[in-house]
Amino acid sequence: MNWPYIIFYVLAAVTIIAALGVVALPNIVHSALCLVLTFVGVAGIYFYLGADFIGLVQILAYAGAISVLIIFAIMLLLSREVSESNPSHGRGKWKAAIFAELFAFLIILSIYFTSWTHGIAPDWTDSIGKIAYMLMGDYVIAFEVAAVLLLGAVIGAIILARGEDKR
Amino acid sequence: MRGAETFFIDLARLIVTWLEKQGMSPLVADIVLLVIQFICIAAIVTVNIIILIWLERKISGFIQQRLGPNRLGPWGIFQTIADAIKLLTKEDIIPSQTDKIIFRTAPIVFIVISLMLYVVIPFGDGMAIVDLNMGVLYFISVGSLGTIALLMAGWGSNNKWSLLGAMRAVAQMISYEIPLAFSLLGVIMIAGSLKMSDIIAAQNNVWFVFLQPVAFITYFIAATAELNRGPFDMPEAEQELTAGAYTEYSGMRWALFFLAEYTNLFAVSAMAAVMFFGGWQGPWLPSWLWLPIKAYIIMLVFFWLKWTLPRIRMDHLMSFSWKVLIPVTLVNLVVTGCVLQFFK
Repeated sequence: MNWPYIIFYVLAAVTIIAALGVVALPNIVHSALCLVLTFVGVAGIYFYLGADFIGLVQILAYAGAISVLIIFAIMLLLSREVSESNPSHGRGKWKAAIFAELFAFLIILSIYFTSWTHGIAPDWTDSIGKIAYMLMGDYVIAFEVAAVLLLGAVIGAIILARGEDKR
Repeated sequence: MRGAETFFIDLARLIVTWLEKQGMSPLVADIVLLVIQFICIAAIVTVNIIILIWLERKISGFIQQRLGPNRLGPWGIFQTIADAIKLLTKEDIIPSQTDKIIFRTAPIVFIVISLMLYVVIPFGDGMAIVDLNMGVLYFISVGSLGTIALLMAGWGSNNKWSLLGAMRAVAQMISYEIPLAFSLLGVIMIAGSLKMSDIIAAQNNVWFVFLQPVAFITYFIAATAELNRGPFDMPEAEQELTAGAYTEYSGMRWALFFLAEYTNLFAVSAMAAVMFFGGWQGPWLPSWLWLPIKAYIIMLVFFWLKWTLPRIRMDHLMSFSWKVLIPVTLVNLVVTGCVLQFFK
């Protein structure tokens, strides 16, 4: 057992335990905070794999912003007793289990049938430069289309939130 | 002067060679060195904060025509140490209706995140703990995690003032993160790198504050809001929210929040020195003195603003970010890009 493996297993354990906490904890605010820990754990695994840019963006976007929005929404909209607020209890848990198992089966199948060809050992020194050249070069149209799509979503959300009469 | 310049680097090398001579593998020696570096950071931060709190109280006294702390030691210099001892010995009060785990961990999370910012700050020539390839991005993304800790404090306290304060803090920090990152982008575009050492090397001839004056001003405003300092200290507006997210905290847990705020203040000021004022570059003095000097000058401006300007209203604060700062930083980015393209 050498160092890199220990680091990986620690990260994986943190991520999985936090993910179990998201599902199992009765208080939904605790679940949301566990979700943050899951995001951070996944970011750690990205760092471990050498994908430092994706890891940092994972922290910035998911752990720093999206999870905060989730917690905000919970705090503003929650009207029930908070200690029993996680809806993952009780109803529909058998259906959820079946779908989760089906999904896991599909993922395992696709992992098993992918031929993992290793290229030349990639050069980690300037991953962000390569990402920049790809995003702004070969895939610039997809990148811009995604930006326009997000802008449309933002405008739509604002129009929906404002309501009709205030226009 | 040569010896003083590389003093800390020589010391680190000496420790590593000594450890390897004791029969450790290079990897373990490096890890031991890392631990030593983190202990040094924690020590620097603590000492620094004791000085900073005294300085801020002295300066606020000067601005308000009072004396400030003046009893313990010359110019009251030991006042903060006495305060620290008092805070350490106070009872750790946890109100009965709080969400215990969240309430207890929130200050720890907050201080850990603030300390993590120091990993990438270059304290001198080659003296960053890790000179990350994307140090600026690391700084921004780790800094964004602080909102979670404030939210935990506000929620865990189970108190309406705390929750309101936390919500204000989070809304403010998320809104001002965008102009903060955008104003740093202008500098990054000129330097062509996210690495701190490259950015400092790019300022050999001229500091970026002269090339990007608009970006520096927007960075400064956004950083003030990000730090929840006056005139943008709505999250802990004493007159309406008692102490915001910190209302229920006392003793050392409250002190940890206080510590973390000053830790963030120094980190943000050091970052401003690195991005706009040439980092550790400077004549005569060794490089590891120049960065603290520049950071302290920037912090003095933060103090000056806090004690001079009145607090502004929450809705004005939010609309200022979205309707003024973000458009200004975007225009600055476009202009920077055009100029770079034409003069390449």
